[in-house]
Amino acid sequence: MSDTENQIRDAISQAISEHEVILFMKGTPDAPACGFSARTVAALQALEAPFAAVDILPDPRIREELSAISQWPTIPQLFVGGELVGGCDIVMEMYESGELAQTLGVEDRAESHQNAPLL
Amino acid sequence: MESVLSLLHMPTAEEIKQRIEAAIPGARAEVEDWTGGGDHFKATVTAAAFAGRSRIEQHRLVYEVFGTEIGGPIHALSLKTQSPQTHSPQ
Repeated sequence: MSDTENQIRDAISQAISEHEVILFMKGTPDAPACGFSARTVAALQALEAPFAAVDILPDPRIREELSAISQWPTIPQLFVGGELVGGCDIVMEMYESGELAQTLGVEDRAESHQNAPLL
Repeated sequence: MESVLSLLHMPTAEEIKQRIEAAIPGARAEVEDWTGGGDHFKATVTAAAFAGRSRIEQHRLVYEVFGTEIGGPIHALSLKTQSPQTHSPQ
């Protein structure tokens, strides 16, 4: 591993430990560059949960190093309290069951998620 | 050479189903080509091997079947996993 890759890996680990809720995504919350990232952002925003976001697109090494740390191959990846919660599928399942609100420690705002699809 | 060829190969929904069922003992998989483009798939996998594992671990078991093909020829593999006993998200 080169020094640069080491630095990227350290920076990712630091970001994960410094932010209670952090989402690694394609694009930004205002301009997601992929439907899976867009849905995950929409779930967090629907719960009005504050989160940090990192766009992985500017440098392919960010994704490589992130996946090496998390042992998770796809983007987005949501971390809460330093732990990987999951990608889009798991986050959406947890949003619909109310589990996501619980994990994030926020009020579950939607009465029936099934009747109110996000996107 | 072989690994290069496997990265260029685009699997079908049927092939993905067979590979999941072959790799995870007792697994039943339903796989659909989500967009019709042959690179975004959606799979529902039921396996006794998932019992007692977190959702993250369940999804990892399925992702491991495809290794670096995920994000390569398979752009996306959307997963829903369950063990036969629970049959619904806990």
